[in-house]
Amino acid sequence: MDAFRRTSGRGVRARFDAPEAVLLRSLIEQVVDLLTDPDAPPPGTPGTRAAPETPGPSGTPAPPGPAGAIGPAGESLDPGTPGVPTVADLEAMLGMSGTAQAPEDPALARLLPDAYRDDPDAAGEFRRFTEQSLRSAKQESARIVLDTLPADGGPVKLSGEQAQSWLRALNDVRLALGVRLGVTEEFEEQWQELDPVDPRSAAFEVYAWLGGVQESLVQALT
Amino acid sequence: MSVAPSEVELPESGERTKPDKPWLTIVWNDPINLMDYVTYVFQTVFNYPKPKATKLMLDVHHKGKAVVAAGARESMEHNVEVLHGYGLWATVSSDS
Repeated sequence: MDAFRRTSGRGVRARFDAPEAVLLRSLIEQVVDLLTDPDAPPPGTPGTRAAPETPGPSGTPAPPGPAGAIGPAGESLDPGTPGVPTVADLEAMLGMSGTAQAPEDPALARLLPDAYRDDPDAAGEFRRFTEQSLRSAKQESARIVLDTLPADGGPVKLSGEQAQSWLRALNDVRLALGVRLGVTEEFEEQWQELDPVDPRSAAFEVYAWLGGVQESLVQALT
Repeated sequence: MSVAPSEVELPESGERTKPDKPWLTIVWNDPINLMDYVTYVFQTVFNYPKPKATKLMLDVHHKGKAVVAAGARESMEHNVEVLHGYGLWATVSSDS
């Protein structure tokens, strides 16, 4: 990899070898999957009260609203039982799917942390109204990396705005991987103590490499 | 991790600290975020000059946490949302 450098203007550029691009894209895609909330309301209706789209019992047809035209709006319904929405579907329709509970998965919980440390009610309320948009924003940053990093490696040229997305997405990958590895402040010692054939050793190497990529991007931007 | 300062320091900034600023944005130390990155985020999000951003980053690193902004609750919640977007471990707290 050639480290990030500033271009004329506010952009940056770098070059990734093919294996590096494959690796980074795979990690980014894993974070996108991690952030995908199966109970999320359809796109375009975050936190709003959307009317149920299923036909009412009186036979009233569902209005031919634009929702179906904006991508997979109806796909949150259980495809196995058409017309019989699950509780999660109903909550999504009512805009209530923004959960108040912190994710159980520690990596996801680190990406979507509580906003109040000692006030569970306030933390839950904040999460209910903001978690979906935080998930979406993180996924959008990840998609910008996937859009700008050639699958078989090569040059990467980023605008200032795209560089911000890269920073956030790289950090999310490092957070998720760091939590999975149980990284502490003594990261170097942890790594050295591992047997080189331990699969975690390779993961620590990836983690260290990601830190170098991010560091180079920060340096190029400052 | 248990040596967080008991006193709450408002960030030194050009703006006056008024008594009607009861809410704080706090950033907590974590072993993953890079020091340069955290400094950069403070510069970018709060428009702090580099020396101030660096001092706050070092406070987070050495003391376990730092107050990075103070003001109205809504404003602090907005800060925390933005900082979570950057992956920093940030919380809102009342100044009491």
